[in-house]
Amino acid sequence: MRRIWRVASIPLLAIVLAFIVAAVIIVISSIVTPTGFDLFLPLGAYGSLFAGAFGSGTGIVNTLVAAAPLILGGLAVGLGFKAGLFNIGVAGQFLVGAFAAAVAGANLAGAPTVLALPVAMVAGALGGAAFGFIPGFLKARTGAHEVVTTIMLNNAAVLLLTWAVNDLVRAPGFSFPRTGEIGNSALPVLLGRNLHLGIPLAVLTVFAVRWLLDRTTIGFEIRTVGQNPNAARYSGMRPIFITALTMTLSGMLAGIAGSIQMLGVIGFYAPGITGSVGFDSIAVALLGRSDPIGILFAAILFGAFRAGAPLMQIETSVPIEIIDIIQALVILFLAADLIVKRVFRVRADKPVISELATVARTWAGGSPPGGST
Amino acid sequence: MSDQPPVLEMRGITKRFPTGTLANEAIDLELRKGEIHALLGENGAGKSTLMNILYGLVTPDAGEIRIDGQPVVIRDPADAISRGIGMVHQHFMLIPVLSVAENVVLGQEIVRAGEILDLGEAATRISLLAKKLGFDIDPSSKIEQLSVGQQQRVEILKAIYRNARILVLDEPTAVLTPQETREIFEVLRRLRAEGASIIFISHKLDEVLEIADRITVIRRGKVVGSRTPTDCTENELAELMVGRAVSLRVDRGRSHPGDVMVEVSELRAKNDRGHEALQGVDLSVRAGEIVGIAGVAGNGQEELVEALIGLRRPTAGRIRLAGQDLTRASVETRRDRGIAFVPADRHRFGLVLTYPLDDNLALTRYAEHPFAGGFAGIVRNFRAITENAIRLIKEFDIRAPGPKVPASSLSGGNQQKVVVAREFRHDLKLLVLDQPTRGLDVGSIEFIHKQVIARRDDGVAIVLVSAELDEVLDLADRVLVMFRGRVVGVFPAEEAQREKVGLLMATGGDRS
Repeated sequence: MRRIWRVASIPLLAIVLAFIVAAVIIVISSIVTPTGFDLFLPLGAYGSLFAGAFGSGTGIVNTLVAAAPLILGGLAVGLGFKAGLFNIGVAGQFLVGAFAAAVAGANLAGAPTVLALPVAMVAGALGGAAFGFIPGFLKARTGAHEVVTTIMLNNAAVLLLTWAVNDLVRAPGFSFPRTGEIGNSALPVLLGRNLHLGIPLAVLTVFAVRWLLDRTTIGFEIRTVGQNPNAARYSGMRPIFITALTMTLSGMLAGIAGSIQMLGVIGFYAPGITGSVGFDSIAVALLGRSDPIGILFAAILFGAFRAGAPLMQIETSVPIEIIDIIQALVILFLAADLIVKRVFRVRADKPVISELATVARTWAGGSPPGGST
Repeated sequence: MSDQPPVLEMRGITKRFPTGTLANEAIDLELRKGEIHALLGENGAGKSTLMNILYGLVTPDAGEIRIDGQPVVIRDPADAISRGIGMVHQHFMLIPVLSVAENVVLGQEIVRAGEILDLGEAATRISLLAKKLGFDIDPSSKIEQLSVGQQQRVEILKAIYRNARILVLDEPTAVLTPQETREIFEVLRRLRAEGASIIFISHKLDEVLEIADRITVIRRGKVVGSRTPTDCTENELAELMVGRAVSLRVDRGRSHPGDVMVEVSELRAKNDRGHEALQGVDLSVRAGEIVGIAGVAGNGQEELVEALIGLRRPTAGRIRLAGQDLTRASVETRRDRGIAFVPADRHRFGLVLTYPLDDNLALTRYAEHPFAGGFAGIVRNFRAITENAIRLIKEFDIRAPGPKVPASSLSGGNQQKVVVAREFRHDLKLLVLDQPTRGLDVGSIEFIHKQVIARRDDGVAIVLVSAELDEVLDLADRVLVMFRGRVVGVFPAEEAQREKVGLLMATGGDRS
């Protein structure tokens, strides 16, 4: 219990602090709304937010549906952090995965689900993996920093896929460019209106990644390269290979996130379905301290924000955008954990975002891992 | 003695860590004005804890600290600094990308007209101070461009700049070359002459005898004796420190070299800056033989050992192990064939500081049986990893609360023992040792030297590189002298006299 508190205290207190500061913002902004100054508005708003996210079966389902891609996206970013890599490219890898799943799914729309669904899922996973391999390979081969290449590749993905939907795989009979219906390739709904198979899959992936990192030699290599690339090389590991592998695996997780969102929620690919999964994933990974279990909880929290916000807006007129503010504040307080420590007078052993320190080190002109051989 | 109270008194200092370790037990220490007081003890004896208490980094459970006779409570380092205490840590607390001046004034910046940093004024003041102390340092140069010895002087400057009257140096010579050590001793003597009081932490007997006015010996958290250099010998101090008689000379017996195990021919390699650091090195080591490599640091020894283990790719030449060509083999292959390596820089190569001891003690064998198994051999076996750690901790007397504490929590000497314990495995063909006893106390050095001899007698070929010429001369069956990337002399042990080897190290002989 004490060990859990030691790693989880700062993230939890950062969330509490974010809610407090956001409450002040809600109170201040209430002055200019028709209802007028209302000191208790935050309580009402947070109550509605909670009710919307967890107050009903539908609410819980919505929370989980919104959380599922964030779980996988968070794992993608978190896995990169473990190897000292900052994968900002989850947004692009997510899109490529979603697109690949949509195209494969549409082509197999008439096939039986037991065939169509796995093929579409694998297509999405491979699409993401391929798009993660590119920056991984570039970093391993040339030392090109993944932050730069993945940001560029995010734009490349959007434009490339827009072209592909327009000119290569546009489905006939629609007034706008989009892929065809996925039919039998869709993820089966298990419960309620929308609780699709992708949700248990995402949770299973959490434990798979945890097993990989904690229990296997590959996970040990990934973590060692992240902590001390020189010691990794000295121990007979190949940091170059691990770097490329980790980016590929990270891209694959992002691709699976895209697939389940595509096959479980969206149903077709059309330009402009970008969404915020890519960047929310970074926040989720940071809040979860790159730990798979932590990422699971962080993703559920962020999913709850998305699911509960509409009810909050309807019942209290507090705009949905306030949750973006809360999310941003959470990350702000995580990065500036000194504030949290001062406010709550807690002692935490190590900086929250130790993974980012590794990234910062490579970013500040350090040589790529194992660069000289 | 004068009537003046001592500059610093520590009385009855006791500290028990949450892990149960009694790091300090009723320690008394007295520092007089203008003296160099050596604190002598083994790795993990409690010297650093005591000094961390003095510097406000650790809160003692009991005891009193007096400065100039007045009882004080030191809550944090800022408190310590304001009371005139300066600390030079073993691992420097400098920011590599900032200049000397910026590092020195950090936290006490000189500002003008509000909040504008006046680095020019700072540089002038630092130059003056450096000149007074006899340092040759350009305040505008970046820390990362300085040698280790120069960085240490910046740390001292930093302390003096903050008006430190009591200067604590935690194992200052552990990272220095003999030349740099002599220079830092000059600095300390000058500081003493200026009236500073210095606590000098060390486990090197000869240094303590050379520099200290008084010596306090600590063993396992307790003061076990106080001496002055004039009334004691190295052997007496060693015995006091370790708690038993210690032999300071290696009893290496006769070696029985077998067939040639390692053959290096015409090896060339570049250093990190692209200069040719190895210019055609020939080296052969027989099974059961120790070849010592002597040389002033930076003459290609580092590149040679890195080429042997596979961390540096040779540009030409051959490396053969037991007849097989390994010139282009990966580190992994070489380790599989029976090469092990104790690197000089344990933080850079030898350890992952954030990992627990058990992971570190299996770090270079993580993929081997029994540490990995399961399907496809990728599942780690934590029981084997932990058992291995428990065994090695005991066998190599690593002072640690258990196999799960992070390597970063160990003292430098114990960290070195972790690396040595891991690399001294049983099924070896070639053991490459680069500064194997750096930072270790006499007891541990004796132990490791015995292990080296034992491995030699098992038939392992050993290459030993050391900045301590005595270590090379004591252990090696043959001594090679390296100079500017070449081997300039080979001596059988019985012909390797200190003067002859030393001269060749400095001049390179005829071929230079």
